[in-house]
Amino acid sequence: MNALDVVLWVVAPYVALTVFVLGHVWRYRYDKFGWTTRSSQMYESRLLRIGSPLFHFGILVVLLGHIGGLVIPKSWTEAAGVSEEAYHVVAVVLGTIAGVATLGGLAILIYRRRTVGPVFTATTRNDKLMYAVLAVTIVLGLAATVMANIVGGGYDYRTTISPWFRSIFYFQPDPALMAGAPLLFQLHALSALLLFAVWPFTRLVHMLTAPVGYLTRPYVVYRSRAEQPTGARAPRRGWEPSR
Amino acid sequence: MRVMAQLAMVMNLDKCIGCHTCSVTCKQAWTNRAGTEYVWFNNVETRPGQGYPRTYQDQEKWKGGWELNARGRLKLKAGGRLKKLFSIFANPLMPSIQDYYEPWTYDYDRLFSAPMQADTPVARPRSLITGEPTKISWSANWDDNLAGGPELAPSDPVLRKVSDQVKLDFENAFMFYLPRICEHCLNPSCASSCPSGAIYKRSEDGIVLVDQDRCRGWRMCVTGCPYKKVYFNHRTGKAEKCTFCFPRVEVGLPTVCSETCVGRLRYIGIILYDADRVTEAASVADDKALFEAQKSVMLDPHDPAVISAARAAGIPEDWLEAARRSPIHKLIFEYGVALPLHPEYRTMPMVWYIPPLSPVVDVLSGTGHDGEDAGNLFGAIDALRIPVGYLAELFTAGDPEPVRAVLRRLAAMRSYMRRLNLGQEADESIAAAVGMTGQGVEDMHRLLALAPYAERYVIPKAHAEQGAQLEELGGGCSLDYEGGPGMGGPFGEASGTPAPIAVENFHALKERQRGGDLEDANELRGRVNLLNWDGKGTPDGLFPKNGRKEEP
Ligand code: HEM
Ligand code: SF4
Ligand code: SF4
Repeated sequence: MNALDVVLWVVAPYVALTVFVLGHVWRYRYDKFGWTTRSSQMYESRLLRIGSPLFHFGILVVLLGHIGGLVIPKSWTEAAGVSEEAYHVVAVVLGTIAGVATLGGLAILIYRRRTVGPVFTATTRNDKLMYAVLAVTIVLGLAATVMANIVGGGYDYRTTISPWFRSIFYFQPDPALMAGAPLLFQLHALSALLLFAVWPFTRLVHMLTAPVGYLTRPYVVYRSRAEQPTGARAPRRGWEPSR
Repeated sequence: MRVMAQLAMVMNLDKCIGCHTCSVTCKQAWTNRAGTEYVWFNNVETRPGQGYPRTYQDQEKWKGGWELNARGRLKLKAGGRLKKLFSIFANPLMPSIQDYYEPWTYDYDRLFSAPMQADTPVARPRSLITGEPTKISWSANWDDNLAGGPELAPSDPVLRKVSDQVKLDFENAFMFYLPRICEHCLNPSCASSCPSGAIYKRSEDGIVLVDQDRCRGWRMCVTGCPYKKVYFNHRTGKAEKCTFCFPRVEVGLPTVCSETCVGRLRYIGIILYDADRVTEAASVADDKALFEAQKSVMLDPHDPAVISAARAAGIPEDWLEAARRSPIHKLIFEYGVALPLHPEYRTMPMVWYIPPLSPVVDVLSGTGHDGEDAGNLFGAIDALRIPVGYLAELFTAGDPEPVRAVLRRLAAMRSYMRRLNLGQEADESIAAAVGMTGQGVEDMHRLLALAPYAERYVIPKAHAEQGAQLEELGGGCSLDYEGGPGMGGPFGEASGTPAPIAVENFHALKERQRGGDLEDANELRGRVNLLNWDGKGTPDGLFPKNGRKEEP
């Protein structure tokens, strides 16, 4: 284990996660107005209606897959009677379908961004950076899976990468686990860390406010002026209304 | 009974001359920013016509508003909550910018930078969406005054509902203007469609607003509103809508569109309603019963039981007084001449309309009859099935009876008042024929034709002690601005925070409306700014001193 391993698999993840959490807190406090999907559907609908659901449903399954693979320890699934082979088949099949959908959707979205005039005009440098990091992460992830399973004989990341991932959250990081992983997996993990670090500063923040509350709240929201949290200007210190 | 107060508006369509002053002043006040170039919180459309955005009334296409499900319960026409969330990644019912129109500007620089040449240089149009040269082919008012044109009229969704035979006559027969703002509905489907709950109805005055800090750009509200009065700001990625000019009405001033209306046809006032009964009334089975159902939700502000329930609900005394003097209540109930726009959308709209009688009068006069004689007019209203059918599709879900009743009242008022005007004796029988008294007709005439500012707009001020503070002050001390007792920042004159626009405008406009004489805008406390300089007088510092004698 050398210093580089420590930097890549201990320092970098903590930096990325800290930036992810604090970045969101900061953005939420100071830029609620900028917290939006910045939908471009008014400009173009035809391509978006194929690309966006394909991408989003894909990436949400991928996200669930990552939770299943990284967060849930192998011993738990085995205790539940799921054999390594069964797990592997399900993971590869589902993962490939979702991965291909995600990548296809992303390709359509990026193609649309570039070729549809109004959408391209509305694309900021921030969007371009986000798309670059996102695309690289997804491509590397798919490539790693494909290489390991189709070209190689399969790679059981649940004995190396997953424990490393969890070790970060126990605050007992074990870089050695990751140092031995195949290169593509390493690159995928690194690009994902970069993605987390830029996440709070891009339009991707919209994911964190996914509107699940809509399912349970009453249809019409009433609010009193008294509850107004914000106005044209915030109250100055000492001038907050009394309750 | 849960009594709530609602700010409501009535527009008298007979008086609209289609000048678009309301739209332009509203745009100047609220939507003259990037991303809202195509947005008109107030628009005036020619009927028959396609409207703005095009064919927005075709709910089979756009699926705005509510409908009843198989069990007779209200549901959003575009689908329930789960369906909304599953289609959130690409909204299948989102209007495109072309359904409104592609905003443009002109290449003005060409006029100055073109080299010397034989032909006059031309400023060519450029799209504000792509920045490229464009060909203008539609706008918010492309079909202005073109009602009945053979190319456009057939696409009018309202006209399509009126039978074919009628259509042809109708095309030659009439046209009128329909000014529209957000309806500030009692049962707003925009708010109900918003996944993040950012659109809310203010419990004090019923104004429906979008919280810009909570809107996440899911753009479901645009689909939800059947009137298409929520707009998506494509630059900020947030929804925006008519605010009922809350900074103005909070200080007792009418909305900008009302204030500047050339026809003086808008009325603003308070309505009390029973919030507990809204859902029930919006769910009556028969579309045609919705008009009466909505009326039944509104309460009589003179009824002692209502007054005590309103007091219990915390509605202040001056608001109750305003509700009793409300021109809206008078027009809907006492005179019975105001009708809601498209009650069949089941959102319980709160901007109502007095349908136009003039088309009938015009047709009548055109055929050589006396267009103001009561007998002739009554006959014509019934004979001219066409306008009545069309108006009924707009205002009463297709039921001609209420429209006919309103038109008869308006006709009776014309004839009755004409007799008085010509020095003839009042004819009570004309009033009685429409179920009114002569005095009632005269009162209605006063409100519709003569009423001054203070009678057209009965707007109680917001109660600061009710909420923390007025919206704009955001919880600060309302006196803590320059010129106020709490005045001044730490660094003298211009430091600290500026005087809130609402406060400044309030004083300026009050001076202007109450006082009749030419005033120096300088006397309007504080500094001069162009927001409240009204062209009268020559305030110091606005014009060069040369040649002008110093005032003593
Ligand atoms: C469940 C949570 C999510 C919801 C409800 C959601 C919803 C949306 C919506 C409504 C748009 C706007 C589409 C448009 O009209 O232009 C959008 C755009 C986008 N979302 Fe999501 N999203 C979610 C999660 C994610 C995740 C996890 C990612 C990526 C890691 C993501 C990446 C994107 C990207 C890249 C765009 C821009 C598409 C484009 O216009 O080019 N979203 N999302
Ligand atoms: S008219 Fe106004 S309040 Fe009613 S649904 Fe539309 S935006 Fe909402
Ligand atoms: S300002 Fe008044 S008269 Fe002119 S278009 Fe608007 S509503 Fe009609």
